[in-house]
This record gives sequence, structure tokens and C-alpha cells, in this order.
Amino acid sequence: MLSLIGIVIVVIGFVLRINPLLVVTVAGIATGIASGLAPLEVVAAFGKAFITSRYVAIVWLVLPVIGLLEHAGLKERARAVVAGLRAATAPRVLLAYFAIRQITAALGLTSLGGHAQMVRPLIAPMAEGAAENQYGDLPQSVRYTIRAHTAAVDNIALFFGEDIFIAIGSILLIRGFLDQNGIHVEPAQLAIWAIPTAICAFVIHCTRLLLLDRKLRAELAQKTEQV
Amino acid sequence: MITLEHIYWLSGLMMAGVAIVNWRDRSNPRRLNNTAFWGIYAITFLAGSYLPDLANGSLVIAMVLVASIRGLGQGKQESATREEREASARRWGNKLFVPALAIPLITVLGTLLFKKIIINGMPVVDVTQVTVISLGIATLVALATGMIMLRPPLLAPIREARRLLDAVGWAAVLPQMLAALGALFAIAGVGNVVSGLAQRWIPLDNPFVVVTTYALGMAVFTMIMGNAFAAFPVMTAGIGLPLIVQKFGGDPAVMAAIGMLSGYCGTLMTPMAANFNIVPTALLELPDENAVIKVQIPTALMLLGTNILLMNFLVFRR
Repeated sequence: MLSLIGIVIVVIGFVLRINPLLVVTVAGIATGIASGLAPLEVVAAFGKAFITSRYVAIVWLVLPVIGLLEHAGLKERARAVVAGLRAATAPRVLLAYFAIRQITAALGLTSLGGHAQMVRPLIAPMAEGAAENQYGDLPQSVRYTIRAHTAAVDNIALFFGEDIFIAIGSILLIRGFLDQNGIHVEPAQLAIWAIPTAICAFVIHCTRLLLLDRKLRAELAQKTEQV
Repeated sequence: MITLEHIYWLSGLMMAGVAIVNWRDRSNPRRLNNTAFWGIYAITFLAGSYLPDLANGSLVIAMVLVASIRGLGQGKQESATREEREASARRWGNKLFVPALAIPLITVLGTLLFKKIIINGMPVVDVTQVTVISLGIATLVALATGMIMLRPPLLAPIREARRLLDAVGWAAVLPQMLAALGALFAIAGVGNVVSGLAQRWIPLDNPFVVVTTYALGMAVFTMIMGNAFAAFPVMTAGIGLPLIVQKFGGDPAVMAAIGMLSGYCGTLMTPMAANFNIVPTALLELPDENAVIKVQIPTALMLLGTNILLMNFLVFRR
């Protein structure tokens, strides 16, 4: 039971909005010591795990070129392209991105997306551009809402698309785990049972996007009239 | 052969460059903190594979202290004004998309093709890490294309990287810190304690209750660990296999597939999945660091309910 202290610290830290790096470090050290490691052993275990998971930080290598292109007007261009499409609204842009992201992930092309590569420089400016085009200058809160939705679309479409591809990490993990326990399943069997949830994810989230479209129209159209 | 280590060197050089640009920027009142933070991070990339675990752990703790005690700052933004960017956007037009779209396209192509290129019986890249290595190579190609096309000053890419990385700040390191926390949870056996609690407190003699417990457990445990892959073995060994499959005769393929997806519903709702939920709020300059999670929660809950019903319906269909 004592080993659960780390979870308690994380929850309290996040609720009190203490710097998450500090919270996570304290939680890790407390968990290690509660499970009987010496303090230096805990620091070593931390270092080892930090070093072996460096691959999650490779994505920052995109920043030099993305920054360079942003300096040259990439976001402004993305906005302008969408401004040329009269049918485009922010939620419709997101709906199209959802479909593309989910289908390509289901084909194993999970790298066709990502927050640093696609969402910040391209998709978010396109969605904002579509809304600007429709309603003129946007209140900052609406910009934030649209951006948060863009990030959410990237995540949800990825998560509930990728498991349909038979060679993705999670399918391999499931298969390996079941094999160890003497149960043999084919990857295709696992992938097929990911399809019902994938369809539901599309229906649920796209319905929410359409409702967002209505909500924005109700909110912003009113404002335009007042002016 | 190109391995992950080479890509780490590249990341280390970039972080070192970011540290140096920060050091020379007198407009940032906390420039020395930024220099120390990104400088130490650079060392973990360049030398992390060769240093003992304890030294690496000490570096990590030093970074945490720098970031949390006096905090990181940001220099005055030196990028172009909106008018300048709009003029530049008109000048370059859709060509600007070429380097940007080259990143995902080359990553995908590399993932598919590098496995097949073999020289002297050795693959050109480490095939076990092909996606990450392809991403690294794709960024280099995109950067070269951008440099040739736009002809900016030679140091512009590293200055731009500094601008963006300082905007993200400490959140850039959070995913790695959480992975380290997950490793300590695993050493401490947190998973077994949690599934033990579930088995003791929940009446597990009704198939519907068992399936619901398993799916909810996947989601909640994923929220705690920040990763469905960590939750899956624990919940499946603790509840899924002994009860759903062995006691009630459920289909293991259905259970595992939908169980994992129930875990993903948890991923959408937790700040512990920092690279999906917290890092984008920094990248998109949102003031509320939980903004993405708040947008995702309704979909995640509805989908979790759907998963519970689907699993109940499909797992016992025989």
C-alpha cells in the first residue's frame, strides 16, 4: 500500500498546480524509497529510465525548420489557403483532418501528423483562418477553443485509428503478452476488433465537432450583429 | 548503420545550440537558468549513453531544480512582425508547404523503405527504431530544403528553434520524466497493488461487472501511469485473463483489443500523458495547460461507455 504514495503525490501536485517536473520527481523518489530502494539507487533508476526514453524527444528536431518556415509566413499562408475555400468552417476543417488522420493511421501511416509538425504550423492556423474568414476578428477565447480542439482531433483520430493496423506497437504488445500466457491470437483478429470502436470514435467526435460549429455560429454571429 | 545514437547526437547538438543562443541573449532576465537547463539536457543526449546511471540521474535532478526553483524565462521575441510574415507568405506562396509536408512524407517513406535497403548484409538503419530515425532524417532533409529555398542567415534555424523551445519550456522534458516515474512505479510493483485492490473490493461473480471493471480499470490505471501499455499487462493478468477468459469463457482477442482501446480513453483524460495532452497546450500557446484534456473528456467518457457495451456484447458472443 505504501507504494501508492507516488500516485497520491502526483494527484495533489497536479491539483495544486505545482511545477509538474518537481511533482513527478518527488513522486518518483517517494515511490522508490517506499519500495525499499536507497536514495542513490532511486536517483540511478530515474537517470536510467530518463535516458532510455530519450526517443520521445526526437520530435523537437522539427523545431528549427518549422521555426524557419513560420518566420517566412507559413502560418499566414495556411490561413490564406483556407480563406479561399468558402465552405470551410473551423469545425469542418477539423472534421476533414480527423478523417485523414484516422484513415492514414489505420493504414500504419501514424507519422502523418503530430503536434509540432502538423498541428501548430498547419492545421491550427487553417482552422483559425476558416473561422476568421467566417466571422471576422475572433475573440481570444474562441482562438484558444479552436486550437485545443485541433490538438484533440490529432490525438483521438490517431489513438482510434492506429490499432486497426496489424503491425502497430500495441497489437504486437498484446500478442506478445497473450503468447506468454499460452493464448495464441493472430494480429488480424486483434485489428478487426478495433474497428467497431474506431467507427464509434469517428461518429462521437465528429458529432461533437458539428455541435461546435453550431455553437460558434450562435455565439459569433450574434456578436457580428451587435457591431 | 545509422542508429538511434546518431539521432541523439543531433538532438544534443541542437539543445547545445539553444543553450548558447540563450546564454548570449541579454534580453532574457533568466538567461542563465535557460542556458543551464538546455545545456544539461544537451549533455543527456550527447553523453547519456556513456555515463553511469547515477550521473544521469543527478543531471536530471539538476534540470528539475533549475526549472522549478527560479524557473525558466523567455527572451524578447525577435521574429518577424505580422506584416513582414504576411508579405513573405505572399511572396513564397504554396512553396512554403513543401519543406513542412516533407517531414511527415519522408518519415513515412523512410519507415517503409529503410527496412529494405541492405548494404554488405547490414541494413542502413537500425530497423527496430526505423520510425524515429526516419523522423530525424526527414527533419534534416526538410531543413536543407528550407535553407536552400529561403536563404536565411546561417544561424537562423537554431535561433528559431530557441524561440519555439523556450515557448514550450520545461514541458518539453515532462514526457521523459513521466516515463521515468513509470519505471519506478514498475519497480515498486504499483500495478499489482492496484489490481489486488480491485479484486478485493469489487464483486467479481457477474460477467457484466467483471467486463466493466476490466475496461474501467484499464482507463483509470492508464490515467495513473499515463500510458495504456503499462496498464495492459497488469489489468489483463489481474482481471482479464483469470476472470473474463478463464472463468466466463470470453474471447481473448476481443477482450484485449477493446481493453487496450479503453486504456486509450484514459490517455485522453490525464496530464500524465504529457506528450499528447500537455505539450500541445505549450506548442499552441494556450494559457490553460489542461485545455486539451478538457476538450477530450466528453469524447473519452462516451467512448469508454461504448467500449464497455461493445466488450460485453462481443466478448461472450459465442
